[in-house]
Amino acid sequence: MTGPQPLLSLRGITKRFVQRVDLAGKIANAFGAGVRETVVQAVSDVDLDVAEGEVVGLVGESGCGKSTLGRIVAGIMPQSAGTMLWRGQDVAAMGGEDKHAWQLAVQMIFQDPFASLNPRLRVSEIVGEAPRVHGLVDRGRQAAYVAETLTKVGLDPAYASRYPHQFSGGQRQRVGIARALAVKPAFIVCDEAVAALDVSIQAQVLNLFMDLRRQLGLTYLFISHNLAVVEHLSDRVAIMYLGRLIEIAPADELFARPNHPYTQALLAEVPKLEAHQRTYRPIAGELPSPLDPPPGCAFHPRCPHAFARCKVERPALKQVAPGHVSACHLNDRG
Amino acid sequence: MSATLSVRNLRTHFFTKEGVAKAVDGVDFDVAPGEILGLVGESGSGKTVTGFSILGLIDPPGRIVEGSSIRFNGEELTAASPERLRAIRGAAIAMIFQDPMMTLNPVLRVDTQMIETVQAHVKVSAAEARDRARKALVQVGIPSPDERLRAYPHQFSGGMRQRVAIAIALLHKPKLIVADEPTTALDVTIQGQILFEAQRLCRESGTAMIWVTHDLAVVAGLADRIAVMYAGRIVELGRTADVIERPMHPYTKGLIGSVPSQNTRGHRLAQIPGMTPSLLRLPAGCAFKARCPIAVDKCNEMPALEEHRPGHWARCWRAAA
Ligand SMILES: Nc1ncnc2c1ncn2[C@@H]1O[C@H](COP(=O)(O)OP(=O)(O)OP(=O)(O)O)[C@@H](O)[C@H]1O
Ligand SMILES: Nc1ncnc2c1ncn2[C@@H]1O[C@H](COP(=O)(O)OP(=O)(O)OP(=O)(O)O)[C@@H](O)[C@H]1O
Ligand code: SF4
Ligand SMILES: [Mg+2]
Ligand SMILES: [Mg+2]
Repeated sequence: MTGPQPLLSLRGITKRFVQRVDLAGKIANAFGAGVRETVVQAVSDVDLDVAEGEVVGLVGESGCGKSTLGRIVAGIMPQSAGTMLWRGQDVAAMGGEDKHAWQLAVQMIFQDPFASLNPRLRVSEIVGEAPRVHGLVDRGRQAAYVAETLTKVGLDPAYASRYPHQFSGGQRQRVGIARALAVKPAFIVCDEAVAALDVSIQAQVLNLFMDLRRQLGLTYLFISHNLAVVEHLSDRVAIMYLGRLIEIAPADELFARPNHPYTQALLAEVPKLEAHQRTYRPIAGELPSPLDPPPGCAFHPRCPHAFARCKVERPALKQVAPGHVSACHLNDRG
Repeated sequence: MSATLSVRNLRTHFFTKEGVAKAVDGVDFDVAPGEILGLVGESGSGKTVTGFSILGLIDPPGRIVEGSSIRFNGEELTAASPERLRAIRGAAIAMIFQDPMMTLNPVLRVDTQMIETVQAHVKVSAAEARDRARKALVQVGIPSPDERLRAYPHQFSGGMRQRVAIAIALLHKPKLIVADEPTTALDVTIQGQILFEAQRLCRESGTAMIWVTHDLAVVAGLADRIAVMYAGRIVELGRTADVIERPMHPYTKGLIGSVPSQNTRGHRLAQIPGMTPSLLRLPAGCAFKARCPIAVDKCNEMPALEEHRPGHWARCWRAAA
């Protein structure tokens, strides 16, 4: 693809977690239990480019590897293999000053605000410390800056002296958003950043994200299971299944013409604001396990269209329309 | 049939240095056996504190204020001893916390925690307990249950931790479940599976359920009735279809209007203007007044929660408008 250099490029990003046999397992093994070391391949061979000012939505089932990919992009967790380029520069090869600039430029809003906020710090420090340390505001303006940032995310500045446990779930999530915004990043990984917010405050925060993007050219990797939110916000959407990207397309195109059978199934499930009670039914087919991924196309055990080839050969991402790639053998059948 | 849970004039306040935060201030509702009550509302409106109050989990400087009543199967919980409350929490009432790590112990393997839960309720062998734990994981859509049982909570994804916490609550087979945003971090397919299990439990064993969420689309398909909270009070209560299709309170109408959808792409979302009032300095009269598009002078006085249509209550002077 030609055009301006992407802000972020991922090439072959892979992450493996090894769960070793612990003491209890070793004892059990002495009695013949056969407990083995397990390996979770959380992210497999991900290629993705994100342009400056773009919003890329990342969608997929719980446990498919979204947060892991997000953490790698945010520089919080090293990948097991693959390269990550920031403005064309290999992050692994970056030295002192460049690395520092990259770390400040990429911020993450965490899925789990309970675990990601230091319980012993007041909100004034959680939000205000980093901007002061990095010279974005001086000590004298810190309090005012914190108040401004809290107001932007719909929090009462009077709460600045509180500790995280004194907030409601959604308020705490907004503290995490304020902390990320406070250092004026260029790229934000939003991991379920608005999941705990009611729709009205969610609207306020989503509008804020869009305003910042327009004013400052902010770029987002927006991880969410809420398809309505993703559709509302994203320029492009990447669908992940069992650690791999299986479809990437402009948002309009993806929602209008989903190509991959998994994407199609996902879109069919979206709950609508309809008042009649529905009887929920679990989805057909066996849920896949990253501990024991199915061979071939990982979706084949649940796919209504699977044929012989799907069980043995993994489909590659191929273009199905301009800017629209999908990994499904059906596309070769014509 | 008499209600499983009856909450009357519940007031839970936090006496902080900055002042008294009236997190819950006069809440009334019932939940019948087998019924699912959806509790929705603004972030910070008191949903979690309501749940914690029912379970007797409010710590100082917070306290349930004099005159509040929580009756569970006829027993007054506000008068119960800490031991009694602990016994009830272990068996008859289960809570699925907004933060799954409140249920899970980070230093214990998942199997240890789940087997303990099973054996606390029924006398079964360790093998039988493990088998039930395994089945509970499958119920919430966790594949490779045997390997997963041997893992620690930090080795799970966010949504998987939440599902383990749900599985533990289901193992209790309680009379009442307070589920606080249990499916917030879950994608639609797995949400569907969990809602299916929740519905089944309520229908088959008469478990009453309070389902706290801000996701109207989820409660719309799940709950029998919906209660909407704003600034510590219930502002609307009624059958699901009535509340979603003919909302009476301006806050509920604003909520329904803010749901993002296909039609809002690229546009700004409708947001309810103004900010949530600080609980420390609530205005006199209707707490929604400053943000309300149809407020009148009368709104400087506090409206009561009144039944404007059969079974459909609202706390608004202009509910009938
Ligand atoms: N620290 C870890 N050690 C071992 N396994 C891990 C670790 N972190 C994540 N995993 C595993 O990696 C896989 C992907 O997890 P990840 O958190 O990326 O999922 P996710 O897509 O964010 O899911 P969710 O929507 O539930 O948050 C899961 O199978 C999980 O169990
Ligand atoms: N320990 C505490 N000290 C002081 N105030 C508190 C404390 N715990 C909660 N609050 C306040 O009580 C109010 C109600 O909180 P609660 O957690 O019930 O909200 P919620 O409706 O569950 O919101 P969310 O949807 O964001 O989780 C909030 O304004 C919160 O700041
Ligand atoms: S009581 Fe008045 S201010 Fe409150 S919601 Fe009704 S009309 Fe609006
Ligand atoms: Mg995650
Ligand atoms: Mg809450």
